[in-house]
Amino acid sequence: MPKELKQFVIFKLGDEEYGVNILQVKTIERLMEITRVPKAPDFVEGVINLRGEVVPVIDLRKRFELPERTNTDNTRIIIVSIEGITVGMIVDSATEVLQISEESIDPAPSIIGSIDSDYIDGVGKIDGRLLILLNLKKVLKSEEISEIEKAREEV
Amino acid sequence: MDMNKYLDVFIEEAREHLDNMNRCLLGLERSPADREKLDEIFRSSHTLKGMAGTMGFEKVSYLTHEMENILQDIKNEKYELSEGVIDVLFKSFDVLEEIIAGIAQNGVEKDIDLTEILNELKGRIYKPDDGISQEEPKKKEKLQEFNRYEKKIADEAKRQGFRVFKILIQLNEDCVLKSARAFVVFNNLEKYGEIIKTKPQVEDIEDEKFDDSFTIFLVTDKNKKFLEKILAGISELRKVEVDDVSELEEEAFEEKVSEKPEQNQNQSDTAEPLKNITKSNINFISKLKTRKTVRVDIERLDNLMNLVSELIIIKTRLEEIENKKHDDRREIYEAIEYMERIASNLHDAVMKVRMVPIAQVFNRFPRMVRDLAKELNKEIELRIKGEETELDRTVIDEIGDPLIHLIRNAVDHGIESTQERVKLGKPKKGIIDLLAYHDGNNVVIEIRDDGRGINKDKILEKVFEKGLFKKTDNIDQESILQFLFLPGFSTASKVTGLSGRGVGLDVVKTKIESLGGNIEVKTRKMQGTQFIIRLPLTLAIIQALLIKVGSEKYAIPLSSIRETVTINSNTLKNINNHMVTLFRNEVLPIVDLKVELGIESEGSYENELTVVIVKKGDKSLGLVVDDLVGQQEIVIKTLGNLLKGIDAIAGATILGNGNVALILDTNSFFKGV
Repeated sequence: MPKELKQFVIFKLGDEEYGVNILQVKTIERLMEITRVPKAPDFVEGVINLRGEVVPVIDLRKRFELPERTNTDNTRIIIVSIEGITVGMIVDSATEVLQISEESIDPAPSIIGSIDSDYIDGVGKIDGRLLILLNLKKVLKSEEISEIEKAREEV
Repeated sequence: MDMNKYLDVFIEEAREHLDNMNRCLLGLERSPADREKLDEIFRSSHTLKGMAGTMGFEKVSYLTHEMENILQDIKNEKYELSEGVIDVLFKSFDVLEEIIAGIAQNGVEKDIDLTEILNELKGRIYKPDDGISQEEPKKKEKLQEFNRYEKKIADEAKRQGFRVFKILIQLNEDCVLKSARAFVVFNNLEKYGEIIKTKPQVEDIEDEKFDDSFTIFLVTDKNKKFLEKILAGISELRKVEVDDVSELEEEAFEEKVSEKPEQNQNQSDTAEPLKNITKSNINFISKLKTRKTVRVDIERLDNLMNLVSELIIIKTRLEEIENKKHDDRREIYEAIEYMERIASNLHDAVMKVRMVPIAQVFNRFPRMVRDLAKELNKEIELRIKGEETELDRTVIDEIGDPLIHLIRNAVDHGIESTQERVKLGKPKKGIIDLLAYHDGNNVVIEIRDDGRGINKDKILEKVFEKGLFKKTDNIDQESILQFLFLPGFSTASKVTGLSGRGVGLDVVKTKIESLGGNIEVKTRKMQGTQFIIRLPLTLAIIQALLIKVGSEKYAIPLSSIRETVTINSNTLKNINNHMVTLFRNEVLPIVDLKVELGIESEGSYENELTVVIVKKGDKSLGLVVDDLVGQQEIVIKTLGNLLKGIDAIAGATILGNGNVALILDTNSFFKGV
């Protein structure tokens, strides 16, 4: 029986490696001009012009409360799309695409690396590397929306 | 043949015909002698019948067929076009509309009972002692039960002296081989006549797809007693009912109604396959809902074609210039200018393709006002002007409900009762004006009535009652009317079927604002009320002023800008933590965009401030900016779901250099003022 293989786009924030399901990734872009959006939640970096579409971009480092980033040649924007929301995520670098079999994915432990376990679907192990597999729905939605709503209410 | 692809066209055209019939009948009501109108209703009804027949929508074609019969008789002056007849015709239009709405939603005809309307069509028009009337109601009854083919057989049989019986059979609950028992019944009956129809269908009965009862329609020369005797000889039948439906008239109809519960049992069997049908239709249904069509004048398409060919020509010309290699600035400049012109023409042309005359919405109002006025016993004339004014299709689709609401208000609350008007010395007939016209980049829709006007004292009473303000507060006359647009605010003392529930003007306002428009209300006591709706001509492309704040560029829609001025920073005053200045002897609130948008400020103000004065209704506000970049046509893009609803930002646009500039929602700055 063929094992359940899933493909993940692997990217880096600091020294840690993360993965997002390739089915949720639309494109990977180089850093481009970002227009700031006033009154948007803190981790929303702004909006970009993605070939005629206006797409919001979030800073994953800010999202995960990691130290602030410095832009390098490797900085990328991963454009993801889930449940009708298209968003760009700024990451330090996007390195590769990996196939991970279902059985080498462990459920998220309560504390892992430096980010909130809520955002994590599981941890993939491959050749001794630990890959933090993100739950994009949580990363992009729940809290974010509640934060925006909060901002709205305050107004 | 797959009819689904024609469904859109059918629905669109059916609605057009209904509109047309409604309009003509209204005209006919005013001038009954206008035979041309009658002919036109007849033609529309006939076309609709034909279309529905082709599409297999039997109810629509039956109903139109019956309408046609009546219209024909009126045409031939067999019957008078009385008020009752007109009412019934209007009612049938409504039923048709309902059926078509159902088709639009599900792709199939709704299960609407036509008996009532069909009877009414009959009852009003044909006198019972009339020769034709005897025949007609029977057919009518039949129409319910039989399709055309079956009806033909039944009619033919009757002509030859046979009778048609409706036989309801209920089997014993413990009957084991139900279908076999049914088969015995069939066999026995077929010895004496012909079964023209069964309910459920024969196939279903054979497959035992029924509870324990079924109905048979039999054509025979035997009488009721005989049939009952035959059936009594078959065992395991709990109940047998034999009705002679060839002489079915009013009473029989009542009987039929009382039979309903039993028939429902049958229906529960047939419901199963029906469910399957709907399931298989689901994909199709969702497609149906999302697809919208616009009918386009061929001239406009030709125009579009021409512009595209011109675009291709200019492309070739640019290629030539490029090939020449020598640097002729003038030639390039000319070519670009030419292209610019084509681009803007192309934009106009495409927008025009999306434009639909507002008549599409207005058309239903005369009918609505007529019905409402009748219901309320008022005399009201609706005068429509400018129905040829065109609006974007999306706006047209959305604007209907708010307008209905406002017109209902005018009919119900605005216009006084006839007695009251006479007492006040006003003309007996109340007048509602519905106007549409262009005004710059906007389309304005006005609804005016000459009724009693809005009672401001009553609003204030309500305001105090709700505790929104204290009696001691100073409320200026203008803002009193704004309370009307608050959710849950109604001054109507009694709730009628029409209005007074307080779910109204706030919804109207929200809807109009979501379309990028605004609404104003003016009222004069005893003279009437006026609602003014302003809507943007097109939703996607607007004229905007680009401004610079700090290093960021923003766009402000030109439609909300009053003017741009420079003022001296010395004239700024701080009142209650709000900055204001005196501008042309009026107090003008000032908002510093740098502060508002969270842009880091470089300290103190310069002497001269560049201020963009924006408006919201009658109110003005000055926005302090760093620099004016210029006026530009911009394409509005949304910020996407993630950033939806962020304050102060209405959307985004892409600038010539590819960067994104945000569009300011200037209305939001008025909140704090």
